[in-house]
Amino acid sequence: MKVMTMVQAVTDALDIKLTEDPTIVTFGEDVGVEGGVFRVTEGLQKKHGEHRVFDSPLAESGIVGSAVGMAMAGLRPVVEMQFCGFVYPAFNQIISHAARIHNRSRGRYKTPMVIRFPYGGGINALEHHSESMEILYAHIPGLKVVVPSTPYDAKGLLISAIESDDTIIFMEPKRIYRAIKQEVPEEKFTIPIGKAKVLSEGTDVTVVAYGAMIREAQKALALAKKDGISAELIDLRTIYPIDRETIAQSVKKTGRLVVVHEGPTTFGVAAEISAMVEEDVFQHLEAPVTRVTGFDTIVPLPRGEHHYIISPEKIYYGIQKSVRY
Amino acid sequence: MFKEFSPLEDKLFQVMDKDGEIIAPEWMPEISEERLVKAFKDMLFARTADIMAVSYQRQGRMFTYPPNFGQEAISGGMAIVMRDQDWLVPAFRELGAWLAKGASLRDIFLYFMGYEEGTVFRGANNMVPISVPIASQIVHAAGIGYAINYNKKDEVVYAVVGDGGTSEGDFAEGLNFAAVWNAPVVYIVQNNQFAISVPFKKQTRSINIAVKGIAFGVDSIKVDGNDLFAMTKAVQVAHEHAASGKGPVLIEAVTYRRGAHTTSDDPTKYRTKEEEESWACYDPIDRLRKYLVKKNLWDESKEESLISEYKKEVDRQFEAAENYAPYPLEDVFKYLYVDMPDDLKVQKVEHEKFLKWKEGLK
Repeated sequence: MKVMTMVQAVTDALDIKLTEDPTIVTFGEDVGVEGGVFRVTEGLQKKHGEHRVFDSPLAESGIVGSAVGMAMAGLRPVVEMQFCGFVYPAFNQIISHAARIHNRSRGRYKTPMVIRFPYGGGINALEHHSESMEILYAHIPGLKVVVPSTPYDAKGLLISAIESDDTIIFMEPKRIYRAIKQEVPEEKFTIPIGKAKVLSEGTDVTVVAYGAMIREAQKALALAKKDGISAELIDLRTIYPIDRETIAQSVKKTGRLVVVHEGPTTFGVAAEISAMVEEDVFQHLEAPVTRVTGFDTIVPLPRGEHHYIISPEKIYYGIQKSVRY
Repeated sequence: MFKEFSPLEDKLFQVMDKDGEIIAPEWMPEISEERLVKAFKDMLFARTADIMAVSYQRQGRMFTYPPNFGQEAISGGMAIVMRDQDWLVPAFRELGAWLAKGASLRDIFLYFMGYEEGTVFRGANNMVPISVPIASQIVHAAGIGYAINYNKKDEVVYAVVGDGGTSEGDFAEGLNFAAVWNAPVVYIVQNNQFAISVPFKKQTRSINIAVKGIAFGVDSIKVDGNDLFAMTKAVQVAHEHAASGKGPVLIEAVTYRRGAHTTSDDPTKYRTKEEEESWACYDPIDRLRKYLVKKNLWDESKEESLISEYKKEVDRQFEAAENYAPYPLEDVFKYLYVDMPDDLKVQKVEHEKFLKWKEGLK
């Protein structure tokens, strides 16, 4: 075991896979010499060579599109997009090719690639540096979307993502890149994609969250506990394929559900979970599903961001609303 | 070659004139007489298949199809140089190159009949599916080229795009990536003068397309795309350049799309009969035939019976495509992921329940 931040855990996962599998390359803007703007790839070029860890020209479509080509030719590229808000120029390559090559070629070609990038607010950044756009990818047939919430999960999930033969969108909550330290095994381990985790058991209400919202939800659960409310917390870990079974089982028990995410409310992950819960355990619901989610607005610049960001109190407010319904 | 025919001076690389006379013997590619006759026959076969494809579509037996009529020498030149291990990253109008790579005509028809199976090109080594989003494949070629260098393989990538595609961002990004990475890619732009209805002069203010490559540090040349000898020579030089570690090459192949953009298009809306006729004398097959006849390599009187033989073969392939199995529901889901999510399995099962219910309605 070694105490790691999420950044270190991601670096460690990349290092292990680069060492183990010569078909893996990782590249993107500033990924090589500098080690990425968040230093996630720091030291990897020195260790694994310039042909395996490298800077690309500054062009997102070029990065993802060339990774598609590499994957078709037998490599397993892991590409970094600098920020969630910078991915958009690559959408055509992600949606039209990375998500479809296997289907289009009836399995002759596959795209075992990972597109990883930091997402989410709370870091006092410029415009386009704070959004949570997981839903855009979760909606696209052919993609899988993974969001870790801890250093341990980041390592295990990223290794699974790199080993997957499908295209994986791997979104890293940059707000907790260095905020959480945790003991993480130094050796290789994997966490299955598509499986949620019950972080704490409870009987009165189920709270589903992921990424940076897990830490906020845990604080909210502590507030609820003081007031005698027993909440069950589920970390989704993977947005798609979504683990509806774990959510359904929990709601069967508690009868109440609060879903938390940073991204906009309307047509969001919480909306989809709400529909699923209604389909699966309608008769067990004792209250409408409560969404504690972002406004349908742009994330404000730093001076206004506190209005947008979801606090533990706001999550607890949602929990109370559900429990008192 | 790249210096002598500088795109900056808008030079056109040409070996044979429209009457089949060799005007630049010093640039004549080395091709055996036998190979040359085969190239002519292949172009003739591609044209026969292409004309018949349009007619099948008109008969309602196939969906939208993009004709190649008038552009056969570009694929013809590629076919002479491309090796089995080389990669073909197609756009959608290189019928002759697909066939040369080993794609079956039956499969090609299958694709335009509405089966993904048709774009798998199973018989063609290192050929990727047709790329419909314009120019997006230009970037894939750079990535494949990177992988070739990475694995130290003796392979060259051939990537094709149209004149309209050169306005796309991915054209610039792909060329730039390939250049920076020194990727062994031969980029071929089929400048057939139109992007559906938009003429070349409304596409760019550049004097030609080849100059765009120079800005990226890519050796580039503008070639008469209706001259099989010029195309073959340019592709040979480009191939050697790319294969010897000198990086990508951009070939602008100037041609004219004598047919419609696709069978859904009506060229009379945006161009005149006079214009079409002014290009007819540059037809690549007619020019090559003139050369071959002069050299006593071709007997024109035998062409008719050869074409009727080709027609029978095309019909056979088309009928095989028409007799292909119906599209099973399973195939809608089966290939989307390597590891299929449970949600998809459930959606399929739910749909099957509906189908069963629907049967009960009768």
